[in-house]
This record gives sequence, C-alpha cells and structure tokens, in this order.
Amino acid sequence: MAISHLADLLGRPTTRIDGIAKVTGNAKFASDEAVADPAYAYLVTSAIAKGSIGSFDLRRAKAVPGVLDILTYANVGNQAKPAPGPDGKPSTTSLESSRIWHDGQIIAIVVADTYETAREAAHKVQVNYVAEGPSATFGSPGVKTEPHAAEEGADPKKGDAETAFAGAPVRFEGNYATPTQHHNPIELFSTTCVWDGPQLTIYEPTQFMWGTKASAATRLNIEPENVRAIARYVGGAFGSKGPNPRTAWVAIAAKRVGRPVKLVPTRDQGFTIATYRAETRHRVRLGASTSGKLLALSHEGWEVTSRPSGYNVAGVESTARMYACENIATAVHVVHADRNTPGYMRAPPETPYMFALESAMDELAYALRMDPIELRRVNDTQHDPVAGIPFSSRSLMQCFDQAAQRFGWSRRKPTPASMRDGEWLVGFGCATACYPTNIGPAAARVSLTPDGKANIGIAGHEIGTGAYTTVAIVAARALGLQLSDVTVQMGDSALPPLMIAGGSNNAASAAHVVAKACEEIRMRVSAAAVNAADSPFHGKNPFDLHLENRQVVGTGGAREPLNAALLRTGRRLEVYAENIPSGLPRSAMDELMKGKTVMSRGTGRKDVAAFAFGAHFVEVRVHEWTREIRVPRVVSAFAAGTIVNPVTARSQFMGGAIWGLSSALLEETEMDQGTARYVNTNLADYLVPVNADVPSIDIIMVPEQDERVNPLGIKGIGEIGIVGMNAAVANAVFHATGKRIRTLPIRAEKLL
Amino acid sequence: MRPFVFESATNLRQASYLGLRSGQGETDAKVQFLAGGTTLLDLMKLGVLRPDRIVDLGPVHAGHDAIHLDANGLQLGAFAKMAAAAEHPGVLAHYPAIAQSLQLAASAQLRNMATLGGNVLQKTRCTYYRDPTWRECNKRNPGSGCAALKGFNRNHAILGVDESCIAQYPGDFAIALMALDAQVELSSASGSRRIPFATLHRAVAGQPHIENTLRSGELITSFIVPPGAWTRRSLYLKVRDRTSYEFAIASAAIALDMDAERVRTVRIGLGGMASRPWRATQAEELLTGQPLTEANAQAAATTALKDAITHGHNDFKPELARRTLVRALLQARSMRVADAEL
Repeated sequence: MAISHLADLLGRPTTRIDGIAKVTGNAKFASDEAVADPAYAYLVTSAIAKGSIGSFDLRRAKAVPGVLDILTYANVGNQAKPAPGPDGKPSTTSLESSRIWHDGQIIAIVVADTYETAREAAHKVQVNYVAEGPSATFGSPGVKTEPHAAEEGADPKKGDAETAFAGAPVRFEGNYATPTQHHNPIELFSTTCVWDGPQLTIYEPTQFMWGTKASAATRLNIEPENVRAIARYVGGAFGSKGPNPRTAWVAIAAKRVGRPVKLVPTRDQGFTIATYRAETRHRVRLGASTSGKLLALSHEGWEVTSRPSGYNVAGVESTARMYACENIATAVHVVHADRNTPGYMRAPPETPYMFALESAMDELAYALRMDPIELRRVNDTQHDPVAGIPFSSRSLMQCFDQAAQRFGWSRRKPTPASMRDGEWLVGFGCATACYPTNIGPAAARVSLTPDGKANIGIAGHEIGTGAYTTVAIVAARALGLQLSDVTVQMGDSALPPLMIAGGSNNAASAAHVVAKACEEIRMRVSAAAVNAADSPFHGKNPFDLHLENRQVVGTGGAREPLNAALLRTGRRLEVYAENIPSGLPRSAMDELMKGKTVMSRGTGRKDVAAFAFGAHFVEVRVHEWTREIRVPRVVSAFAAGTIVNPVTARSQFMGGAIWGLSSALLEETEMDQGTARYVNTNLADYLVPVNADVPSIDIIMVPEQDERVNPLGIKGIGEIGIVGMNAAVANAVFHATGKRIRTLPIRAEKLL
Repeated sequence: MRPFVFESATNLRQASYLGLRSGQGETDAKVQFLAGGTTLLDLMKLGVLRPDRIVDLGPVHAGHDAIHLDANGLQLGAFAKMAAAAEHPGVLAHYPAIAQSLQLAASAQLRNMATLGGNVLQKTRCTYYRDPTWRECNKRNPGSGCAALKGFNRNHAILGVDESCIAQYPGDFAIALMALDAQVELSSASGSRRIPFATLHRAVAGQPHIENTLRSGELITSFIVPPGAWTRRSLYLKVRDRTSYEFAIASAAIALDMDAERVRTVRIGLGGMASRPWRATQAEELLTGQPLTEANAQAAATTALKDAITHGHNDFKPELARRTLVRALLQARSMRVADAEL
C-alpha cells in the first residue's frame, strides 16, 4: 500500500488529544517548566532609537538587595556571535556592542533572586545615551531605499506590462499601504536556560526546535550535541518565535551566576525584542479589455527594514500568479530605517501584497461595472501565468461560488452606498485568498508494541494548530489503531527533526514522514508474516497486507491479530524514517539537522505551481453619523487539498479570517515619528478584535483531491485564512460608503 | 523588590488618618489609596507611580458599597463595584446613562474589580505618561514638557487642553455623572463635605500633575445623583474602534426632558475628547426651549466643539465629536421611556 492511499483515511473530525491538558492547565509551556533554584532576568531596553551607549551607571541597580549580575556589552559583548536576522543574514544587534539600532533594543539584562528584584533594579539602571536623530519609516529624512535582493531568481516578469498597460482599453492604477503590526502571541517571549556541565537545556517557546538548538550552539560556540531545546507547547507564535537574539544571552547569564536563569519579558518589551510585520507600500496597475480580461498587471512594493538587514517578504511572487495575464511586471524595494529587523508574521508576503492586488481587482471591477466575482472568473486559470506550468490544483472559483451562495451575494445591489439598515450603511465585499504549498524534509521515530500501542517521536511544534492530534491521526490511520492507542512526543530537539513551523508546511512535512515510518512498520510486520509458517499469510505477497483494527488484514478477508504478527519482529518494533520531499536535494536533511530552513516551495517547483486558494465574503456596517465599522458576518471558503482534521482546520481558517479582519480594521503599531519609538505597546491600546467584533465566521472547506502537490495531497492551512481578508473588508467598506480606503487600518476617521 | 508599606484601614476615619500625607490630587503622591487596584497596580508595575505607602481600603468596602434610589435621587456608594451599578435594575430603569456608561467600560473582569470611586479618579492612557522612559511629561515629571504635542496623539484631548498637557480623561462613568449634575460626598479626618462632581477634577491650567481637588487623606464615599424628569430619558453613547474593551474615541452622555417637540431641559456630558469630564453648557443653552431638530443638534454640536484644539493625529476628533453629539441627541429624542414608579 503506497502512502497516498492513506489520504482517503484522513479527514474525520477529531477533537484535540491535548485539549484536556490545555484547558486544565496540565499542558506545560516553556516557562511552566520547573527548574531548580532559578534566578530571574529582566531586560533593560533602549529608550532611544539610534545612537550608542555612552556609559552605564549601575551603582543604584547593583545596590538593590538580591541583584546577582547585570549583563551589558561591556562584560559579555564578545561572548556570543551576533544573531542573524530571519533571512539568515546580518541584522541588528543587542548586547554585542554599544551600538543602538532601534527603539527598545536590549541593552542590559539584570539577574536577581526574584523577578521583582530584577525589575526594580532594571528600573534603576542609568543609561547615558549618545543619541542621534533617527529615521522612523517611509518618508522620514535619512531612510535609504534600494531594490531588494530576490531570494529565488529575479522578480516575476512576463511579456511587456508597460506597453500592454498603455494600450489597454480599461486601466486602473492605485497606491496602497499597510501598517506595522505585531504578533502579540499571548504566551510571552520567555527563555529559561539550565547548564549541567557542558550540557545546555533551553526551555523556550519556538516554532523550530532544531533551529533554536543549532542557533544557540553556533552563537555560544558549543557543540550542537550539547544543546537541547524544549517547548512541548507554544502559546501562539505566528512567525515570532524561533531562533532569536535573546537565548544566548540568557545562557551566558546562567553560566555567570551558576544557576538556571529564567527570563519572561513583558508585553511591551515584546514589541521591540521580537520581530514584527513591517509597514508596506504598493503601486498596482491593471490593464484590462472591456470584458475584464487582464492585459497587464504590474505590482511594485516597498517594505521597511532595519539598517543592516535586507529582510523583505516580496509578495509579488504570489500576486503575479493569481490571474491569467500575458504581461506582468513586478518589483520590490526595501527602505532601511532605524528600526529592529522585521520578520515572518502569518502569511508574511501575502497579507500585505494581496491587500493591494485584491483591492485593485475590486476597483477594476467597479470601473468595468462588473461583478467582482465575475472579474475573477474571467481571469481564472489552471496555469501559473508566470512560469507557464500547471497549478497542481486550483479550486478558486469553487470557493467563490460556494461562499457566495452561503453568503447571499445575490442580494448585493451593485451601486456603492445603496444598501442600508436603519442608521447603518451596509456593504458586501469579497476577495481571493491564496497561499503557496510548501513542504520540508523531516525525520520521525515510530514504535509499536504487541499490545497495539504506538509512540511517535518527532520534534514538531504545537503552536496552537493541533499538531499533536494531526500526527496521532496519521499514525493511527496508517497503523490501523485507535487514536487512543497512539501517544505523540513533540517539542523537544532530542527527537528527530521537523522543519520550522512556518510557511504552512508542518502538517504536510510531518504527515509524510510519519506515514513513511508507519509504512516501514507495516512492511516489516508483513514480511515477517509471509515468511512465517504459522501465519495465515505464509507465502503471500506482503504488499497485499494492511493494518486495520489491531489486525493484519489480507486480500479475501484473511486476518491475523497484530500482537501475534508483531511478536515475530520482537517485543518492540521501532522505525526511524527520514523523508525528503520530491524536488529537494539529498542535502536537505543535513541542512535541516543544522537548523537551516529548506523547503520545496509552491512557487519554486519545476513540475507544478502549488497553492491553496480561498475566497472571503464580508458584510460590513458603517454608522451613518459616527462611522464606526462593524462586521456582523463573514463567510470564507477554502480548498486546501486533504484536510487531516476538519476540527482543528476550521479553527485555523477561522483564526486566520479573524486576524484578517483585525488587520483591516484595528491593528497598527503606532509610532512616535520624531523618535522612531512605538507608543501603543500593550493589549489595551494595540487593538485586536474581541468576541463581540466577530459574531459570525462561517468556514466552508471545499473538498479537493490533489495527487500532484504531494503524495497525501496535503496543502498548508495555517496562513491562508488571513490572506485577502483585509481587502475583502476594504472592498465592503467601499460598497457601503462609496469611499475607497487604500491605507490600513480602516478606522472611523477615514470615513468621516 | 522596591519596598513600600502596606497597611489596611478598618474604617473611613482610620483610612483618612493613614492617608493624611496622600496629597491625593497629585499624580505622584507618596501615599496612595488602594480600592479595586485596577489603575494603581498597573502604574506601579510600569514604574509610573512609586508610592512609599499604600493604604488598603479593602475592609472599608462593605460599609460604603450600597446602591440606593428613591424619589430623592440615586446614591451610589463609592466602593460599589462598577458591575454592581451597571446591572442594578433601578439604575437601569431610572438612570440609564449611568448604567450604560458602566456597561460599556473596560471588561467584565475589570468591572468586577474596580470601584466607582476609583473609576472616576482613573489616570489617563497617554503613552507618554504611562512609560517613564519618555522624559517629557508634565503630568509625571512637572516642568519637563509634553511629548504628546508633537508625538502620536490620536486619542489625545481637544477640549480643556493647553501647551502643558493634552492627555485625555479616559473614563465613561464620570461623563454620565457630569450630565446628571451629580454631587460627591467626601470624607476626611476632619469630617465630611459634599461638592459638585463637576469640581472634583481640576482644569489643566499649566499644572497637569494636580488632577483633582481632593484634600490630603480625603476619600470619596458616595455619589449623589439628583432626581429629575431628564434622568430616565438619558443615555451614554460611546464611539470606539472595536465593539468592547476600548476607551472612547468620542462619547456623549445626554439627559433630556422634552416639552412636546421642544427641549425643556438638556444636559450634555462629553468624553473621549477632553482633559477632564466635560460638560457642554453652552450647547445646552442653545438647545433649551428649541425643537430638537437635526439642524439644532448640529448647531449645538458646533458650539460644544468651538474651542477644540487639535495636534495632528487627533485632527479628526472635532468632527467625530460633533457627529457623536448629534447622534446622541437624536437618539435621546427618539428614546422610548416607559412610565415607571420608584
């Protein structure tokens, strides 16, 4: 049985196997791990955005009873190699030197007997800054703009977009902007480091167990074998948790004080010590025939980054591939400012770039007097327009049609500002969602005992997605066991490696390697059976046997209990398997073990373009007087190949959709422009939706089988939910009010 | 940790005595009273308030948390929880503006902790005040300047401001109290006194670090809201970006008594736009005796906001504030008010 047949066994709704542990408080998050006699660290962060530290006066801080140590560049600066940015290239630094790159940079770490002591002493650290005038963002004096360095070849381009645009009968051109945003996972960015001789254990929430291990080893110049990273549960990550500059300093602090050290930074510090979604600007030009066929599409983006880093997300890789078009031009620029280096945040490229494209498509639809759904239909395609290769599968219009029907799109009156309910203006909007399908190398260990119990070990990441359950489902189905027969160990770099939980790859990456290991178990059990005189399968073809209900089952209904069959292989059968997805070189596994990110990317394959697609529909209400915006209902449909578990998949889609609403209407990290400092660094002032803001989110999972994307047909679902929702909301606001808002977030003042 | 003295007062008199050095009107007083703690503890953790001594009023709560209403008006014990007043049937029926202002404030968790007395004294949300790494803040650091003038000031005040401070008073309940002409009962070691609620908060007047007129050791013990034909036709309209758990970006409390189509009495409190709880008396005068038409409401709103001063990000506020007031007035006019006996 090839593992692709397993796809048919997946998809039964399954509640989380770790749900009870989570809601009863038994699930251990990194900072819950008890360590012996810990000391506590508190960060001192920079109050200026650019300059250097002239001197510290630590006398008052050191005088606080219970203070053990204060780390600064002066005493530890040369003890760790600088941490690279999310792109693996040079980035801003923290304790390495006296240099200050950005607001809120870590400049000292106070270690004390208690958290409160460390905090009080941190407040008493006196810093004499040598301040320079910082550049905050787009348009600030002193920023430096340059073309980005495209990671995978040149920016997408085809035909002659300039000429085609000039000659198009219908032309639309628009500029768009998205704001700075922060992940704000509820679990803070904690780190606990424990030394045992040369062995370092790191308890830290991370979405890349082996990456955190490798990064710490590199920075501290110790053997990776001596480092273990543990995070059995992660309280939200969204791209913000992985190898980071803090870990090595906490390890150094623990070594210096000779005790475990625990750091739990504050919520406001989380805004500057971790990454963020940088603000972006866009220029989109669309040329079309009078029937709506796209003749030219050009998309130019600008993204803010730090001074030393060229980090950028370049979402034109996706926007260029959305619709059939013969003439495509794209470009991306980075704008260096005095900021910390941005990083991955849920659908990093698509969230901002699809806002621009899907807003522009809506504007074009109005210019053409076309239904926005029909404009998508006219330009729908089964081929990647840039590379000319087929999509592995693309069910975009099925998503639009099913969601439109559920939503009641036919009740829409096309004229803007024509629908109302009492004092509320009503608007409908829709937009395309997409996300490339990525899959990475992985390894796993699966063991099976004659009592029919299986144990799966993989250094996976439960970041809230339901990963334990996903892995357990795959193993249970492959081994013919009940879910309760399967235990799963994850969140520990001592287990076989799994790629970073990013780019929506982890379900596919983990499922394939676990399926492969289980297949190896089936083969060994089957081989032993066909070779055994006492087996009903003696002399049969082992490929005809499968595992079902704790039995080995053959063609024609012959059966043998699993325990009898398994005992032939010994009392415990354990398989270690590695999987390298097709298209990746053999070296991919070595790279993974070095903590490097390597994936088969949906936009980088030779055979197919691999994407999941979806469609969002939104109703907004805008008050006629005071212009506050409310979203009474959302219908979103997604076609993402094999769904392993519809229960957790629905939560992923819904969470993404809600975050998309938030991205459209609420979220913006506000900055004091003169000083380049963030000002709303708390959850009362950095607005995210409350329950009352999302009364109805209706998720449709459009069935889709895709044998080309990967053997199990699994596309990622973690990120697509957020993509395009911001545009759907903006489109609905236009429909409600006749006002086109091209800069997010859309708040009452923009509609007055 | 930073040491401070924590002592519990068993009764009001003792509390006032223990708090004698409180200098309560000053934001950085060295003695602070602890009621619900929802503002004080936050600001202590942030390093903004650094009291030497905390006088815990926990044991005092029970004696001063009653809610009572009769023909002579409404009396709210200062230690009543926000949630208790928000859900009180009599308050809901006869003083809806008060109930609404509390229902729409904070979160359920905070409303269950916070007291009414503490609520009216809550501190501004101004970032430059709440983060001590900003040097310039006349409220926290008198004489240092105001970083918000040229900083990020979307939700800073446009009424009652001067160059020393544009911090906004963030509360909701106080706006309803302004509109309803409430009084506050105060208690200190030297006895008790009653003052109009409108005089509890001070104008900025170049001294934003002195926020109220309480004397040293003085505590709010209750709020008295007089009866009137306008209390039942009263409402609190709060405009904000999200549906719940956010401070107002503009709000209005209206108490209205109509003589057929004409306004007999109207009282207007404004929130989310002023340095302290705000009463729009000129707008009230303009409307009194007039039909409550949209045009008249607009004219009143224009008057109410005529002295607004903006600083960039909050340039939208006067317009939003006018619209908020018009909407609130029209809503009050069309309110259905059933007869109900006390």
